[in-house]
Formats: sequence, structure tokens, C-alpha cells
Amino acid sequence: MSDRVTVAKTYKLYIGGAFPRSESGRSYPVSDSKGGFLANAAQGSRKDARDAVTAARKAFGSWSGATAYNRGQVLYRVAEVLEGRREQFITEVAQSEGVQLKKAQSVVDAAIDRWVWYAGWTDKIAAVLGSSNPVAGPYFSFSTPEPTGVVAVLAPQQSSLLGLVSVIAPVIASGNTCVVITSQDRPLPAITLSEVLATSDVPGGVVNIITGRTAEIAPWLASHADVNALDLTGSPESLRADLERSAAGTVKRVLRNKVNEDFTVTPDLSRIRAYLETKTVWHPTGV
Amino acid sequence: MWEYAPAPESRDIANLKPNYRMFVDGKFVEGSGEPLKTINPATEEVLAEVSTASASDVDTAVKAARRAYDRVWSKMPGSERAKYIYRIARQIQERARELAVLESLDNGKPIKESRDVDVPTAAAHFFYHAGWADKLGYAGYGPDPKPLGVAGQVIPWNFPLLMAAWKIAPALACGNTVVLKPAETTPLTALVLAEIIQQCDLPPGVVNIIPGAGDVGAAITEHGDVNKVAFTGSTEVGKIIQGKLAGTGKKLTLELGGKAANVVFDDAPLDQAVEGIVNGIFFNQGHVCCAGSRLLVQESIADELLAKLQTRINTLRVGDPLDKNTDVGAINSREQLVKIKELTESGEAEGAQRWTSSCPLPDKGFFFAPTVFSNVSQAMRIAREEIFGPVLSVLTFRTPEEAVAKANNTPYGLSAGVWTEKGSRILWMAQRMRAGVVWSNTFNRFDPAAPFGGYQESGFGREGGRTGLEAYLDV
Repeated sequence: MSDRVTVAKTYKLYIGGAFPRSESGRSYPVSDSKGGFLANAAQGSRKDARDAVTAARKAFGSWSGATAYNRGQVLYRVAEVLEGRREQFITEVAQSEGVQLKKAQSVVDAAIDRWVWYAGWTDKIAAVLGSSNPVAGPYFSFSTPEPTGVVAVLAPQQSSLLGLVSVIAPVIASGNTCVVITSQDRPLPAITLSEVLATSDVPGGVVNIITGRTAEIAPWLASHADVNALDLTGSPESLRADLERSAAGTVKRVLRNKVNEDFTVTPDLSRIRAYLETKTVWHPTGV
Repeated sequence: MWEYAPAPESRDIANLKPNYRMFVDGKFVEGSGEPLKTINPATEEVLAEVSTASASDVDTAVKAARRAYDRVWSKMPGSERAKYIYRIARQIQERARELAVLESLDNGKPIKESRDVDVPTAAAHFFYHAGWADKLGYAGYGPDPKPLGVAGQVIPWNFPLLMAAWKIAPALACGNTVVLKPAETTPLTALVLAEIIQQCDLPPGVVNIIPGAGDVGAAITEHGDVNKVAFTGSTEVGKIIQGKLAGTGKKLTLELGGKAANVVFDDAPLDQAVEGIVNGIFFNQGHVCCAGSRLLVQESIADELLAKLQTRINTLRVGDPLDKNTDVGAINSREQLVKIKELTESGEAEGAQRWTSSCPLPDKGFFFAPTVFSNVSQAMRIAREEIFGPVLSVLTFRTPEEAVAKANNTPYGLSAGVWTEKGSRILWMAQRMRAGVVWSNTFNRFDPAAPFGGYQESGFGREGGRTGLEAYLDV
């Protein structure tokens, strides 16, 4: 047994590709499932959320304009880097979720595979969800799915890594950017994931991660005029209706997921579809 | 200039009746709401008295729809549902002339539009969706997608029959039952559609049509036993509905307002562009959510285009909707006319330059001469707010990037237009304009096979095409 003192990590936010502390200067203690101290996490504020939206908006143009092939490779790269840090995530998931190492292994493996699954979708979404429209007239008409814009994601409270990956990957696969509020009590795997994202060719601002009190930050995102969609997955039950009402103020797309969504099963397309617009383009035919 | 002899369609063809009743559970019944009088906006005369629903009538209609869903419609094979929907399409075609005249009487739109666009497209929507009813497993939502249940639908006055078709056809094809409220000022063609539905022998309660004002719409959308809400109308009301539905779990689709940019580049075929601009803003008196109400013209051709446009607009004939030569009919209501006047006055007050067609207007009825504002800046109300009338705001741009920035400078995102001979530029623009429909070198084209709907505050969900089925399936 070495008597070397280990270097503890400072957990910060992830905004615009950088790792700032909360501008509020606040942090909160994060415990393992038995109540033991794990680390302090930054307690994000309204201002942090707004900075994150600004970063996400700034990143939207180039990320949505990147080729689907390029986005696919970036998502696949996330899987590669995550695989390389598999042991670290197994430890963090085991600590955060209070599960045995074997269970944590299967969770991390599923999270890696989830990135691979969504990586493969990027350049197939338009083929599967788009259409050539056989209109009754001398026109060529086609419809393509396009990303909705900036998505505010309330990550699942229980599933700190697999659930988190399962809600982020479908958002960015199609070219959206996002602001994610992590699990309030299990935020550490999310911050470690942001280190993976920062080293996986995901452009800064495409994914922004905020730790803190979900109920404090979520209302600001639900009412924010530059947020286009809201994923309520990790919302406290008591807050859902209020957040939906706020979201109506700017006609946001709201994903109300099924209660107790099982993130261990292979997803369907519904989370990808939730953040897509269909654009129909017409042009006359003739000589 | 050409001289035109009057060429009126006979109003007798409309088979106008003095009284119309609501359609609930397969029967025409008196509503217990205060009856409304629907008027001809071109003459201000009363066309008919129409019974309206009270809150308890709404409940009765929803119960009828629920019964029909549970007992009949959700259990019926798609192939059988399809045949009912095909019947409706055919009957609309058979009674097309009657429906067109009635639509023009009640709405004020020119007969050539109701005859050539509204009614045939309504029939096409039923025909198209009928074919989906037994093929939903091929639509990309899994092998056996399920309906949602009872759909509550509220539609606007600008395309009364067509909007009813857009709403009812996909709902039925997907296996839902319907409670629909037509607009307060234009209930008649929806009630003739109810007659058609009755004659097509649809099981009672599958479609219920209950006229009334906004309170009836609210009662439908907020009813506890409605599973799906579809609304077409203003963004203001859409936001209220979305807010009211918060926490209910009801599936919602909204087709709301717009402030579409119609972008004309210096290489565009100008004569065609002029036709497209005119069609874009004066079709249906500009009462179109996807109207091309903001003309963005490249600076180098702005003067030339504006001159051509004014010459063309001066030839538009404004007047009797039933006259086959009429291009621009009546504004649908006094209320809407007041709104258009108020907004155009704000345009003048804010410093835009107003030009109005010299066409004569009828002495009676609600009419508004085609109007063009130039020297419009982006901050003016006439560049930001939906006017929903025959009023065009002209802005200029220099570079394609500026055109995109100005086109997207709006919380709306329903439609956009682009005019240029350069194919790569069309696609470049189409990729960048944040709108659900982009018409290039054309405008205002609609087809049941082509998905339609908005980005941002123009709403969500699509109508038409494979994509449009999602709104009525539990997926």
C-alpha cells in the first residue's frame, strides 16, 4: 500500500468547451450512495445557464452545418475515448449509483455502445425520415429533417452515465446543440464525460454541462427565448407542468419521456425525432 | 387595360339554408350555446343562423367520439376505414361546385381560388390519407402504430373546408375519432362536410363538428377525455393552448402564424418573380399564415422590381368574390379589417412609404386595396408582426448572407421563398432559411403528399406526407 497522497479532482462546469467554476462561486457536496463525501461539484446558476445557451447557440451553425459523416465520426470518437477511460467510469458509476462493479461495468459498456449506435444514425436520419414528395403538379418537392436548434436537457436523476449519454447523443447526432443539467445528486460521471467530450473532437459549445440544483436552473432554460426545445426527462415531478407552461411562452418543443424510461434497452428513433424540424422544399420542373 | 364583363357564379349553387345545426354522434342537433349569425363579408348580409355548442355540448360530443373510438373506429381494420375516407373524398369532388360557392360566400375568397385550390385540395387530402389507413405499418413508426384516441381540433377561418380536411383526414386514417370546431365566422362548409360524412355512413360519433367561438375551442382542447389537440390559428392563441395543456400529457400539434421572407436575387426571372410575389401576398387576400409578407429584394434591382410589381398589382381586380374574374376578394371580417388598417397606419407612422393599388373597391362589405410598403426597416411593426391581409413590406439586401440574416430575423419560421436562376444558390438559401416550407421560383404550393408546418413560434408538428401521420399516432 502506497502512502502517496492522491490528487483529487476539482469538478467544474463545462461551457463553450471550457471548464469554468460557477460564476456564482457556489459549490455543493456530492456523496456516494452511503452518504460518504465524494467531492464538491459546482452549483450552477441562472447566469451559468444563460452563458451555456449563448455557447450552444454560437456552436449551432457550424455543428448543424457539418456533414452528417463528420458528425458520425465525432460521435464515434466519443465512444473510442470513453472506452479508453472505461475503468475510471466504472469506478465513478459504482460510487455514484451505489452499484456493484459488475453492474457498473455493464452500464459503462452500454453507454459506450450507445454512442456507437447514435454515431451510425447521423448519416441515415435524412434517408429514413426525409422524403421525396409525389405532388400533383409540375414540381419537385422534397422534405428533409433539420435540427431544431438549442435543446435544454434535464438529464435523468438516477442513471448518471448511461441515462445521460442516452439523452445527449440523440440531440447532437442530428446537429442540435445542448445545455444539459446533470443529475443533481449524481453529477460526477457527467463532468468526467465532459472531459471525454472535450478531447473527442466535439466542438466547444455543442454540449454544455451544468451541475447544481435542477429545480433552480431548469425554469430559466424553460423560459429562455433562445432555447428551442426542452427535454423534461430529469425534471422533478412537481416541476414538470410549470416547466411545460414556461416552455409554451416561446412554443418550445417539449419531450415528455415515458416515466421510468429504461435506458438499458436499445432506443428507437423517438428521441432523435423529438428535436427535428421537417423542411419541405419546392421547385418547378420544366425546360 | 382589358375591360371585363361581370362573370358571377350563381349563389343558388351554394344551396344556402337559413339554419345550420351542429353535428354530434351522427345527427344534426341544436346546440345549447347562443346561435351565431354568419355573414357574407362581401355584402355584410346575414347568410344563415348557426347553432353553437355550450360546454355541455362539448362534453356530449367528446363522449360520442370516445364511444365511437372504443366501440367501432379503433377496432375497425384500416382497410375498412380507408373506404369510408375515400367515400368522403369522392363526395367532396361530386359537390365541389356547391362547396366552392358556399366557401366564397361565407369566407369572401375569390371563387377561382375556392374552386381551383380549396375544394380540390380538400378532396385530395381525404383521398391521400385514405390510402394510408391500412398501410401505417409502412410509415416508419414501427410495425403496428396505434392511434391516440379522441382528437380535439380547432381550425381558422382562412381556409375553412381545407383546414377541416387537413385535420380530419389524417386523424381518421390513423384510427382516431374527432371533435372539430370550425371558426366562428366561417362555419358553413364544415357543416356541409358533416352532411357528406353522414351520407358516407360513417359510424356515429367518429366525426363531430361543433361551431362556436373561442370558448368552445378552449372547452374542446381542455376537455379531460381528449387525447390529442390540433390547432391552426394565431401564435398568441397557440401559446395559450400549449400552456393550458402543460402537464396533461395530451399530444399537441400547432400550426401558427408566420412572417415569411420572399427573397429575390438580381438574377431572378423578374416577370415570374412578380407573379410569385403577387401570388405570395395577395392569394386569399393575404389571409395565409405562410404568406410571403416580407419581400427581400436585392438592392440593385429593387427599383425595377418595385415598378413592375406596382404595374402588375394595379391590374388585380378586387371585388365580388363570386365573380370569376376577381383576384382579391373580401376581408373575412370587420375585426380583421380593423387590424389590417391599424397595422398599415403604424407602417406610415413609423416612416415606411405606402403605395396602394388604384383599383376601385365595392361600396359595401369589407375590402382592402392591395398595398405595398417600401423603405421598410426590420424594426417596424409591419416587418415583424403578421398582418394577415393584402399588405406587402419591402426590404432590401446586398449579399446572400444578409438575405439569410434578414429572412431569419423573426420568431416565426413557417415558410420562405427564394427567386434566382442559380440552382446552387437556391439550395444554399434553402438550407439556411429556418422555415418549414421553402418555395423556390414558386410560392404557395400545397399538396397532401408534402409535409407542411413551422419552425419556432410558427408551431410544431407537420401536416401532410408520411411525416404528418406522426401527429395522430401514439409514437
